[in-house]
Amino acid sequence: MNRRTLGKTLLGGLAAAAVALGAGGFGAGPAAAQEKLKVGFVYVGPVSDHGYSYQHDLGRLAVEKELGDKVTTSYVENVPEGADAERVIEQLAAGGHKLIFTTSFGFMNPTLRVAQRYPDVKFEHATGYRRSKNVATYAARFYEGRTPLGLIAGKMTKSNIIGYIGSFPIPEVVSGINAFTLALREANPQAEVRVVWVNSWYDPGKEAEAAKALIDQGADVISLHTDSPAAIQVAQERGLYAFGQSSDMTRFGPKAHLTAIVDEWDQYYISRVKAVLDGTWKAEDTWGGFKDKMLYLAPYNPALPQDVVALAEKARTDIMEGKRHSFQGPVKDQSGKVVIPAGQNATDEQILKMDWYVEGVVGKVPK
Amino acid sequence: MTELALLGPILAAMMTAATPLLFAALGELVVEKSGVLNLGVEGMMLVGAVCGFAAAVTTGSSTVGFIGGAAAGAAVSAVFGVLVLFLLANQVATGLALTLFGIGLSALIGQGFVGIPLADLPELNVPGLTDLPVIGKALFGQDALVYLALFMVPAVHWFLFHTRAGLKLRAVGENQSAAHALGYKVIGIRFLAVLFGGAMSGMAGAYLSLSYTPMWAEGLTGGRGWIAVALVVFATWKPARVLVGAWLFGGVTIAQLHIQGLGIEVPSQLLSMLPYIATVVVLVVISRDVARIRLNAPASLGKVFHPDA
Repeated sequence: MNRRTLGKTLLGGLAAAAVALGAGGFGAGPAAAQEKLKVGFVYVGPVSDHGYSYQHDLGRLAVEKELGDKVTTSYVENVPEGADAERVIEQLAAGGHKLIFTTSFGFMNPTLRVAQRYPDVKFEHATGYRRSKNVATYAARFYEGRTPLGLIAGKMTKSNIIGYIGSFPIPEVVSGINAFTLALREANPQAEVRVVWVNSWYDPGKEAEAAKALIDQGADVISLHTDSPAAIQVAQERGLYAFGQSSDMTRFGPKAHLTAIVDEWDQYYISRVKAVLDGTWKAEDTWGGFKDKMLYLAPYNPALPQDVVALAEKARTDIMEGKRHSFQGPVKDQSGKVVIPAGQNATDEQILKMDWYVEGVVGKVPK
Repeated sequence: MTELALLGPILAAMMTAATPLLFAALGELVVEKSGVLNLGVEGMMLVGAVCGFAAAVTTGSSTVGFIGGAAAGAAVSAVFGVLVLFLLANQVATGLALTLFGIGLSALIGQGFVGIPLADLPELNVPGLTDLPVIGKALFGQDALVYLALFMVPAVHWFLFHTRAGLKLRAVGENQSAAHALGYKVIGIRFLAVLFGGAMSGMAGAYLSLSYTPMWAEGLTGGRGWIAVALVVFATWKPARVLVGAWLFGGVTIAQLHIQGLGIEVPSQLLSMLPYIATVVVLVVISRDVARIRLNAPASLGKVFHPDA
């Protein structure tokens, strides 16, 4: 998943500096025995975001639990995308880390530059597309999770308006909006999606404002592609529904929270660390979905009718078994032009470069 | 739903978005009127937000939480006060350091409070009035803190311009040496002003963590402290204009989200910039008129005071 860009440059920089120096910083304990493999993680948000970075850190903890006798891990949180990131990654590499996971899109170029200077260190960059001899890439097919969500939204909405809070108009988020809308219209051809971009991955205040604005415009189900649970709280307060993002956000709105797309990195991180230990690590690309256990759905809200849950579950298992694709032709763009012909699915390249909306989304993709 | 029917919800949301800015900017205004520039508003807000949230969760009372937030903001500002007033540290550097300190400290305090939900504050409901079209919800459907922030506007104005204590505070801010020569306790007055500013920043933070988004998250304030600092200049150090500025900032923030939701094609980044552009324009306009700056900006703002005698 791509993380926030250097939005509030000064603030972000200062915040990162403060956290790196003060409260957060390197999370690992004292230097362990020499033989242990040192694995580093770079997060764009705070581990406490209860969303994206939190899930990555659960993956790190799973590695410690599984391979704790052979591995030590450290992490740096709140790292802004940009020049600071390169310094942090370099610091980890120079500090003897032999495998470094950089978990945000904006860390792509810094990771590649540091990788060039440390050819014996292995790097893994999440959600990017550039690899090199010692840089592998990995991501989850987040859009797959949007299909069951869209079906649920289509069945649960009464106003036929769905609010969608977007972070940045990048292909990953746009493809999520499209996968969601396609499923939504399959379940309810009258429904439409209204998108508000908050230009941040993590700004609870702004996300709450966006949720309120969408609800005031008539939306009764909120979907989000930002990291905080603020919108869930708003939906709970207004007696409406919302989907969580990245992790289970039920406790922020037990009545509102229908389900959530949860990222899971545990198995992937364990397998990659093992590969380094075994000497079988290769700089490859991994793009996993439901089938690869890289994402799953949080428990369904008990208030959901049985048939709606069944519909969502069927979509999920069909996607797992390859019987269904989130972008099954015919898919039309907003002008009515068929982009994905009948009988075909979108190619990975089409999804990775998606910069157009399907029918049913209000407005245009910001350029 | 027609676009006109959205006016009511936009106004109501604007009032809440303006509230933290009002608290923080009014506090900073008093501080600057006394001749001290405290750029640590963002940090004090964060500490107020986390301490207010912690106090509310621990005691189960939002009132205690709010008071706790104010006290925490004042406590952090006391550190700033001691550094710049007694140890004569540079105000700009100390203020920036205070923000950094606040970011780290709030994250540290908040570790045990992440992911805990908190009940929302009750909102006023006056039968008949709250249901009025357009202005009903905005004026008569808010929680107590929104009204407290609004009340602080005339209160601060009255204090600064209609009381003896306010006159002394302004005298200290305008000409510290003359005020000192007259026997006013420059440092004492300034220290109290700094404490007041800290408490108000703490309240702004507590409003965010108790009412606006009832939770604690690192960096919850999202840069609103900096907007508050800009607002004071935007308002040319006048409380009533702070209110106008806060509504303008809040209103543009909310309106741009609505414009996006309606699918109107205006770059959202451009709309997000609008309040800041407005501040720059106001600064340019008032800078053209030297007399107006002299009248409004505290003449001793940011100057270190060291009594010679």
